[in-house]
Amino acid sequence: MIIVTVGMQLGFDRLIAAMDALAPGLAMPVIAQTGKGLYRPQNMEVREKIAPAEFEALVERCSLIVSHAGIGTVLTAARFGKPILVMPRRADRGEHRNDHQLATVDKFAGRPGILVAADESELAPRIAEGLALKDWSAARSSTARQLHEALAAFIESRPL
Amino acid sequence: MGKNSIRVLAVASGGGHWEQLMLLRPTLSRYDIRFATTEPAMAAQHGIADADRLPDCNQNRPVRSAICGLVALRVVLKHRPDVIVSTGAAPGFFCILAGRLIGARTLWIDSVANGEELSMCGKLSKRFAHECWTQWEHLAGEDNPRYFGAVL
Repeated sequence: MIIVTVGMQLGFDRLIAAMDALAPGLAMPVIAQTGKGLYRPQNMEVREKIAPAEFEALVERCSLIVSHAGIGTVLTAARFGKPILVMPRRADRGEHRNDHQLATVDKFAGRPGILVAADESELAPRIAEGLALKDWSAARSSTARQLHEALAAFIESRPL
Repeated sequence: MGKNSIRVLAVASGGGHWEQLMLLRPTLSRYDIRFATTEPAMAAQHGIADADRLPDCNQNRPVRSAICGLVALRVVLKHRPDVIVSTGAAPGFFCILAGRLIGARTLWIDSVANGEELSMCGKLSKRFAHECWTQWEHLAGEDNPRYFGAVL
């Protein structure tokens, strides 16, 4: 199963419509959390909102998350060790107030389990890559190891 | 003092701030750890039944912020931690301020969502916390904020 999510605050019809077009070819159920979007998908199970507990239960069962580049969803995927494909919202399309999601994807492209589609044309190949990561486990990145080590050093009053 | 007996209060608001704290949990769990959050239901979902509740607040809500400051002080006095760590947002900053009053060592880890500039509380933490860390290397300053990696 694939979960598509755009967060609770804003719609992201460009992502939802593109995933709706791809859904029939994906050979697995697709559940879309559409937020305040106006596009009405035909090929996915649609939910405007999903409560956090249920969302986590779905994440636990899914093979791939497809999401706007919201940091909360990226963090949830990391905690459950699930691959995530993110597509950034763009301010010039009225999808967000600013382009901070572009900065987010720049930073996280290439981290274990994180894939980036710059726009809807890149979704199909990245989905294939994401699903091929099936045995990917939440390998801790080198930056995460560094932060954990620094945190332990601070707590134990050791030199940083 | 043995490792396990270092008392740590870890604070994060609901949402992405809390997610980041949970990613740090494997390290935090080595100590005598207590949690505080604006959404105890979210903490319960992670198996943390006794997280202290802090009222949500931000700089646009002065009265609520004052209340939050008082609750933060009460939580800090209740636990008397050796160390306070927060991944944001404002309620965590208030706990850090309260921590200074009781002599705790305090660490602000600015959210990984802040890739363009430090959050407002992050900027304040440069002055008021013992350590202020950014999760973005290009935002690190000469003295602070410092960069030691990111949760991801």
